[in-house]
Amino acid sequence: MALDSKIPDGPIADKWTKYKFGLKLVNPSNKRKYDIIVVGTGLAGAAAAASLAELGYNVKAFTYHDSPRRAHSIAAQGGINAAKNYQNDGDSVYRLFYDTVKGGDYRAREANVHRLAEVSVNIIDQCVAQGVPFAREYGGLLSNRSFGGTQVSRTFYARGQTGQQLLLGAYSAMSRQVAAGKVKLYTRTEMLDLVVEDGKARGIVTRNLITGKIESHSGHAVLLCTGGYGNVFYLSTNAMACNVTAAWRAHKKGAYFANPCFTQIHPTCIPVSGEYQSKLTLMSESLRNDGRIWVPLKAGDSRPPADIPEDERDYFLERKYPSFGNLVPRDVASRNAKYVCDEGRGVGSSKLAVYMDFADAIKRDSQKTIEARYGNLFEMYEKITGEDPYTSPMRIYPAVHYTMGGLWVDYNLMTTVKGLYALGEANFSDHGANRLGASALMQGLADGYFVIPYTLGDYLATIGHQDKISPEHAAFKESEAIVTERINKLLSINGKFTVDEIHRKLGLVIWDYCGMSRSAEGLTKAKKMVQELKHQFWTDVKVVGTNEELNITLEKALRVADFIELGELMIDDALNRNESCGGHFREESEVDGEAKRDDENYSYVAAWEYTGENQPESLHKEQLTFEYAKPSQRSYK
Amino acid sequence: MNLNLHIWRQKNKDTKGKMVSYQVNDINEEMSFLEMLDVLNEDLLRKGDDPVAFDHDCREGICGACSMVINGRPHGPTRTTTCQLHMRYFNSGDNVYIEPWRAGSFPVLKDLTVDRSAFDRIIQAGGFVSVNTGSAPDANEIPIGKEIADEAFNSATCIGCGACVAACKNASASLFVSAKISQLAMLPQGAAERKRRAESMIAQMDAEGFGACTNTGACAAECPKSIDLTNIAQMNREFIGAKLTSELV
Repeated sequence: MALDSKIPDGPIADKWTKYKFGLKLVNPSNKRKYDIIVVGTGLAGAAAAASLAELGYNVKAFTYHDSPRRAHSIAAQGGINAAKNYQNDGDSVYRLFYDTVKGGDYRAREANVHRLAEVSVNIIDQCVAQGVPFAREYGGLLSNRSFGGTQVSRTFYARGQTGQQLLLGAYSAMSRQVAAGKVKLYTRTEMLDLVVEDGKARGIVTRNLITGKIESHSGHAVLLCTGGYGNVFYLSTNAMACNVTAAWRAHKKGAYFANPCFTQIHPTCIPVSGEYQSKLTLMSESLRNDGRIWVPLKAGDSRPPADIPEDERDYFLERKYPSFGNLVPRDVASRNAKYVCDEGRGVGSSKLAVYMDFADAIKRDSQKTIEARYGNLFEMYEKITGEDPYTSPMRIYPAVHYTMGGLWVDYNLMTTVKGLYALGEANFSDHGANRLGASALMQGLADGYFVIPYTLGDYLATIGHQDKISPEHAAFKESEAIVTERINKLLSINGKFTVDEIHRKLGLVIWDYCGMSRSAEGLTKAKKMVQELKHQFWTDVKVVGTNEELNITLEKALRVADFIELGELMIDDALNRNESCGGHFREESEVDGEAKRDDENYSYVAAWEYTGENQPESLHKEQLTFEYAKPSQRSYK
Repeated sequence: MNLNLHIWRQKNKDTKGKMVSYQVNDINEEMSFLEMLDVLNEDLLRKGDDPVAFDHDCREGICGACSMVINGRPHGPTRTTTCQLHMRYFNSGDNVYIEPWRAGSFPVLKDLTVDRSAFDRIIQAGGFVSVNTGSAPDANEIPIGKEIADEAFNSATCIGCGACVAACKNASASLFVSAKISQLAMLPQGAAERKRRAESMIAQMDAEGFGACTNTGACAAECPKSIDLTNIAQMNREFIGAKLTSELV
C-alpha cells in the first residue's frame, strides 16, 4: 500500500484553515448515532474523549489504571510550549513551527508541525478556562520560562507539576462528560487486540484486570491514545505499566509502525543505583536553565565535588557549545554526558553520572529564588538520593524518556487501518528524530482537543452511522479466541525465568546497542540476542496463577511479549537508517564527533508493515519535503 | 538489611483476608519500599507462589496509585508517597506491617489493592469547570493575582491517593473533596458553578459512605502533598453558603 499523508496544498500558514473547511461534517443530530472507542486516558485520550463527547458522540474510554487520573502524562514536570508571544521576545507560530522542525532534525512533517504550532495558543486558553493553575506574575498575568533548546520564553508551567495540572484539567473535562452520560468509563480494563473487518477498525478486545473477563467492544472508530514504548528499555522514566501492547496489536492488524528507532534519551535523570532498580526518575530539564553541568578535568578524579577547584573542572557543554551552553537540545546533552563518562571522567559510585551544579545560581539569585523555581524537584532529589542539592551538586545521567516513533498516521491522524487513529505519543508525526522540551504536553492536547474533533467527523460522515458491526460478529469472536489462547499459552509454560528477568535482559540489549549510540555491527549482534530472548520467553517464562483473577504477572507477561517483538523492529529500523539524526546516532555517520545527517538518502519516514509471524517486516518510505524550514546541519556552537 | 514483613493477603473482594509473614534478606538501603516488595515478589514467583498485588505506577510520587498502610501509617513513617519511601528509614530486624487502605468506601480487591473509584465519582459530581473545548477566551483575559494562583495550586496538587481517608478514624474524604472545591472556589473560572459544585460534590461524598469530619487533622498530617486543613474550613464555608441559597431542588 502506498502511503498517502493527505497533506493539503497551499501555503503552510493556510493549510489547516482551508483543510478544515473542506472536511465533511456530521449533522448535530446524527452525532449521537456514532460510538467512538478511546483507548488511554492521558492528555491525548482524556482531551479527545471530553471534546468528542461535548460534540455529541458516544464515547467509550478505556484505561488499565484504577482511575483515568493516573495516566503517565501526570508525571511531566517542566511545562508546555505555546506561541503566545506574551513575553514580546520575538516568538510566533512560525518560529515555534521552525524550532520544532529544526529541533526534530528535519525528520518531521512540516504541515503537521505547523498545525501543532497554530493550535498551541488555543491549548493554553482552554486549560486556563478549566482552572489549571499555571504560574503567574504579580500583575496576575501568565508567567513563561525558556526551556531546553529554544531562545524565546514560550513555556507555560505549573511549578514542576505541569503534566499533573494539565491532566487533571482534561480529566475534569472528561469527568463532566461521564456525569452527562456521554462518556462511559472502563477502568482497570486493558486492550489486548484490535478488531479489523472489511478493512476497517471495528472495535477492540479487552481484559478486565480484576476478573480476567475477555470482552468485545465495537464502535465506528478506534482512537489509540496509549503513549510511548520507552519501557522496552526496562529502565526508563516511564511509569511501570506503560507499554506498547495496544499499538503493537494494531500494528499486527495492519497499522504501519513509523521510525521505531527514534527514542529520546533525556539528559537529566537520577543515575541508576543498583540491579534492583525498577525505574528511573527524571529531573526536569528546566534545571539546565540554572544548573551548570561539569565533570572533573582528569579521568579517575574521585575527590568530593567541593574539593575540586574551578580550574580542574570541565564544564563540557559550555566549552563545546558556547552559544547554547547547558541549554543544548536533549540528544546533544545526553551524548556528551556519555562521552565524558566513556573517557573515565564520570562521577559517583557507578562513574556513570555527571554533576549539575547550582552553586553559582544560588550565589547570584539567592537560595530562596532557586527554591521557588525548583523546590519540589530538589526535594524529590533529596528523597531519592539522601543528598541535599542546595549544598552539593546533583548527579545526573541520561535515561530513556520519550519515543518519537509510533504508529504512522496521515494528516488526519488516521493510521493505515481505516477508522483507526493514533494520538499523542502513540503516533510518530510531530517530533521527527528528536523532541524539544515542553512539546509532548502540547502535542497530546493538540491532537485531543483541536485536531481529532475535526478530522474524525470527516471519516464518520463518509462511512455513515450504519457502518458498524456488533460485538457478536465472528470477527470479534475470532479475536477473543486468539487472546484467550495467548493467555493460556503464557500460563502453561511454567519455566524458570520470571517476566522481569527477561524484560531486564531485553532492556540492557536495547540500551547497549540501540541506545545513545548505534553501529551496524552492534545492531546485528543485538538482533540475534533479541531473537534468543524471544525464544527463551516463549519456552521458559514463569507466569503463575490463573486468568480469572487480578494477576499482576500475567499482565506484565502480555506486555513484555510485545516489547520483545518491538525491540527487534527497533533494531531493524536503526540498521536501515545509516545516518545520524536527532536521537539516533549512528557511529558510521559523523564528522568530528558530531552527528552527520544524510538528507540525500534518508529524508523519509520509515513506515514498517507487519507481514506475518517471524517474517521480516516490509519497509515503506514517506518522502519528506521541506519547503519552509530548509534543512541545515544543526549547530549549537 | 533483613526484615520481617507481615502483609495483608486477600484473594479477592469476596474472601476473607489475613496477615501473612515473610522474611526478606539483603535489602539495600537505597531501594525504595516498592523495590523491596519487588524483591519479595520475585522470590515468591520463583517458588511458584502468588506475588503480592499492590497498586503502583509512576514511582515518582505524582500519580497517586501507591497506597499502603505501613506500620499503622498511610505511606509509612515519612510524609511522602509509598513509592518515594526509601529503605534507609528502616533497620535490619524490623517488623514491618503492611496493610491496604482501610475504609468501607475503598473495598479491597486483592491483597493491598483497593477500589478508589468513589473518588472519581465525586469529581464527576462537580469537580470541574463547565467549559467546552474551543469556547475559552484568551488566557491573559482572566488575570489572577499570584498569591491566589499559588494558593489554588497548593490545593490542586492533591494526587487522589486516598491517604487522607486511610488516616481518618471516620474514613472521611473531606480533605480530598475540599481540595478540589477550594481550588475552584478561589479561581474566577470556578465562580459561576461555585454553589452547585459544593452541594453536589458533598452529596456524592456522603452517598459513597465516607464518614463525617471531626477536625482531628490526621488527614492533613499524613497527606504526602501537604494539602492543608484550611481547605476543609473553606469547603464548610462554601457548603453553608450554598445551602442557604440552594440552587438545587
